Amino acid sequence: MAAISRDDVAHLAKLARISMNDSELDHLAEEMDLILGAVARVQEVAGRDVPPTSHPIPVKNVVREDLVRPSLTPQEALSGAPAQSEDRFKVPQILGEE
Amino acid sequence: MATALAAGELSSVDLTQLHFDQIEKVDGAVHAFLYLDKEGALAQARTVDAKRAKGEALGPLAGVPLALKDVLAQKGIPTTCGSKMLEGWRPPYDATVVTKLKEAGIVILGKTNMDEFAMGSSTENSAYGPTHNPWDLTRIPGGSGGGSAASLAAFEAPLAIGTDTGGSIRQPAAVTGTVGVKPTYGGVSRYGLIAFSSSLDQAGPCARTVLDAALLHEIIAGHDERDSTSINAPVPQVVKAAKKLDVKGMKIGVVKELQGDGFQSGVLSRFHEGLDALVSAGAELVEVSCPTFDYALAAYYLIAPSECSSNLARFDSMRYGIRVGDDGQRSAEEVMKLTRHAGFGAEVKRRIILGTYALSSGYYDAYYGSAQKVRTLLMRDFSAAFALADVLVSPTTPTTAFKIGEQVDDPLAMYLNDIATIPVNMAGIGGMSLPCGLAEEDGLPVGFQIMSPAMRDDLMYQVGGTLEAALLAKWGAPILDKTPVLAAR
Amino acid sequence: MSQMVPMPLNYLNYDEAVAKYEPTLGLEVHVELNTKSKMFCSCSTEFGGEPNTQTCPVCLGLPGALPVVNGKAIESTILIGLALNCSIAPFSRFARKNYFYPDMPKNFQTSQYDEPICVNGYLDIEIATEEGPKQFRVEIERVHMEEDTGKSLHVGGATGRIHGAEYSLLDYNRAGIPLVEIVTKIVGGTGKYAPQVARAYVSELRDILRSLGVSDVKMEQGSMRCDVNVSLSPLDSGTLGTRSETKNVNSLRSVERAVIGEVIRQSNRLEAGERIVQETRHFLEESGQTRPGRSKEQAEDYRYFPEPDLVPVAPDSGWIEALRATLPERPSARRARLKAEWSVPDKEMTSLINAGLLDVVQETIELGAEPIRARSWWLGEISRLANERDVDPTTLITPTQVAEVISLIQNGDLTDNLARQVVEGVIAGAGRPSEVIAQRGLKVVSDDAALMLAIEAAIAAQPETAERIRGGNIPAAGALIGAVMKATGGQADAAKVRELLLKHLGQ
Repeated sequence: MAAISRDDVAHLAKLARISMNDSELDHLAEEMDLILGAVARVQEVAGRDVPPTSHPIPVKNVVREDLVRPSLTPQEALSGAPAQSEDRFKVPQILGEE
Repeated sequence: MATALAAGELSSVDLTQLHFDQIEKVDGAVHAFLYLDKEGALAQARTVDAKRAKGEALGPLAGVPLALKDVLAQKGIPTTCGSKMLEGWRPPYDATVVTKLKEAGIVILGKTNMDEFAMGSSTENSAYGPTHNPWDLTRIPGGSGGGSAASLAAFEAPLAIGTDTGGSIRQPAAVTGTVGVKPTYGGVSRYGLIAFSSSLDQAGPCARTVLDAALLHEIIAGHDERDSTSINAPVPQVVKAAKKLDVKGMKIGVVKELQGDGFQSGVLSRFHEGLDALVSAGAELVEVSCPTFDYALAAYYLIAPSECSSNLARFDSMRYGIRVGDDGQRSAEEVMKLTRHAGFGAEVKRRIILGTYALSSGYYDAYYGSAQKVRTLLMRDFSAAFALADVLVSPTTPTTAFKIGEQVDDPLAMYLNDIATIPVNMAGIGGMSLPCGLAEEDGLPVGFQIMSPAMRDDLMYQVGGTLEAALLAKWGAPILDKTPVLAAR
Repeated sequence: MSQMVPMPLNYLNYDEAVAKYEPTLGLEVHVELNTKSKMFCSCSTEFGGEPNTQTCPVCLGLPGALPVVNGKAIESTILIGLALNCSIAPFSRFARKNYFYPDMPKNFQTSQYDEPICVNGYLDIEIATEEGPKQFRVEIERVHMEEDTGKSLHVGGATGRIHGAEYSLLDYNRAGIPLVEIVTKIVGGTGKYAPQVARAYVSELRDILRSLGVSDVKMEQGSMRCDVNVSLSPLDSGTLGTRSETKNVNSLRSVERAVIGEVIRQSNRLEAGERIVQETRHFLEESGQTRPGRSKEQAEDYRYFPEPDLVPVAPDSGWIEALRATLPERPSARRARLKAEWSVPDKEMTSLINAGLLDVVQETIELGAEPIRARSWWLGEISRLANERDVDPTTLITPTQVAEVISLIQNGDLTDNLARQVVEGVIAGAGRPSEVIAQRGLKVVSDDAALMLAIEAAIAAQPETAERIRGGNIPAAGALIGAVMKATGGQADAAKVRELLLKHLGQ
């Protein structure tokens, strides 16, 4: 695998919403290179015929009944909010749009 | 302790107060606790005492104090996960494990220190400073649940709850001379356990004896409709198994790949003494080979970071936790980035970035996808091994407790501490660590790991209970009597 | 259609655009299911609650909380898949779609990715054209489950729009409401009919969802939202152009207009030698045009992976067949059947469907009303009164009440004129039809003797008119009939009065 550049790490940091300065990026790029070098060996044994496992136990179709249960009160819901207003979570202006 | 309580020789309030006194005395040096809930603990103790006075039926551990790893949500009690990110956060709900503890009359003393978001093997990654190993305060108590294990070794609590994603219960137990159990995945509800890696995380009991661990195990285990991955089947009878003290005819599989290179000689010699004790008790040893174990660490360090990169996305300062850089001008996006920069420590950021990479388009198949395939192979290794043996055994860790600061700048060396514990999490089976003596070269505790098939947690308790009894008979006194902090008591 | 955009010189209008370019469509419809509780927790889904009163640790994404799937939501999704002729996957999974947005509590959306629950279906639709009705088959790629986001309110700033906002307020009541996404395969070969095909597809889909009872399908309330993908390629080029995705088009008419708007915009860009950018666009109700949103060229990398907190959904054939057995009649088949049973002309059938009156008319008929009367009452008087009030006709009066009125007409107890008064009374809240009749004394005067007295009085008052009638001037009878009706307060049956009057005057 190609070495991880600082730009690669910057892109990952952007995806992960973590601001990082240049020296942090450099340091992490170095570490990532080392770690990825060590973990890339998973590819050695992962043959085409091996199915992936994402759940350690084979459970399926776990569902609940469509019943309404009491919610938190707005006070409880907002109890950890860094800022609030009018029973809503108050956050800085949202850029971009949906 | 529970017996004394039940007999009325000791009140829960007194017992609780005694533990707070001990904490007062030693926790300045050990730093096992992040938060003490004296008021809540004593209130619960009084309730239990009152019920006992009225002759009400109580559970076997009613009134016994416990230290709770700070990764579990407890209503109204600060829950930080060892991170600055959650400083001051008080959950508006209880984790299912906490609900069960409260219902059983257990007295929760407070929250214990841990590596930030359970990522680490030394508790040095806590944003609130490291925990020290009661055996040698210059050494690590293991991690991530170093606080829980240290609180037991320092006699600050007789019981504790840990969580184990790659060894975070068993490795601290090994290096502190205590017992720690990772139940079968799905055996204990994860509801309210702040997720590190959802498909690997499992809460479990920490104690000083196998029987105490079994009693606590039965209290916290069981199906929970709030956790889709919780197993809907009866809890294995671990208390009964722990009391059996009989392994005649049982086949003990010794994992070839988990000894030798990289394992400290004192660790190996104590491990072999444990094996001898089991043979003397009537068990039969068989060597089993699990070739994929060599790849388990690599696969783990892809799966766990991948899941954590997604699980920790929610810490964005919008709804809870700290908020950094909100000057009224910056956008939500910028504030999120600044908060996550300031709120997460280096190891957490490292794993988030690694996981983001492993899941990103173009790399998914090579990294995350391949790691999931290794997981399949590991499970095949285990099922082949369990066809030959009832339980598998190995040393819990390659070494005894290392010095604080020794490995902190070398993530790869740090990751190696979990080499023997990780395969268990990857396959979702049960694993236990119990003390098997002190290494001759440094006089520090060595852990003996027992692994049992999924939902056969009783088997490891049966073997663990027997081994513990055999070693105790040989030593004459529990290993913990030798902890230096005890002298200061 | 061409007046929808400003027209500089050389600007192609719609007809010119489709004469040169072939449009290709893709439609993604999001539907909120009408389950009582949310997708992954037991909070209520009720619309319009006070902010943050319908939240819990799960839908707020609090640390430690875990999702559990709503079984009803799975069943509703399978029903949708079956109604759209899909295969139901024997093994399907949820996946996490990772991206940061403040209205999404976990900063990932629990959705489905490469293992959706329903795949490979189709929906046949019909549109009216100058050359008669035309059928199209819209192929369905997938139907999958996911969860809705919270709602943000942007406060401060000059325009109130997001860019000018000083801060935002978040309400997570909507977060976690079950959504089903229905994605078509590429819809080609529609030529100039692309806008009608898009509309007819969404319309038919809405009817099906309504008939299944799985969603309110209220486009104006956002419980059904449509994203319209459009691309153009030069006619007969065999290539596929770059597409734009117009988000949240929230009425049938808008769906049609959005396609037209994009065809015109893209064709003119292509004419000018510019390229089409793959991007998200927003539909502007007022102008029918779209404006650019996020560019997809710097698209997020969503890092999908199987949701480890949930287990696979693997419906067995028994479960699927049990659900299939509950499927209602397909709306298009039902329409064809009712049209034949009631002998309704094409145009009137279209009116009934467009007005959303099919269900109430059917119910009214099932309660004993003659089809023709049921149709004309609902489409006529009741719709007129509803229009005056600017409400939906079905909110004014029930099929039972209408059937009762029609039954009284059929029995000769009410004239049409009287019946109108009864209906008005019911709508005004005066009670059931029988109560209105009793209160206002609205009864047909059918007593011949009483009518004869009134007729004789009218003749006495207008002897010359009576003479003309006797002389064979039948139309003159109108004046006398009017007088009788007035004298009886409108409660006489005019036909009966006419019959008695003419007989009395020897005609």
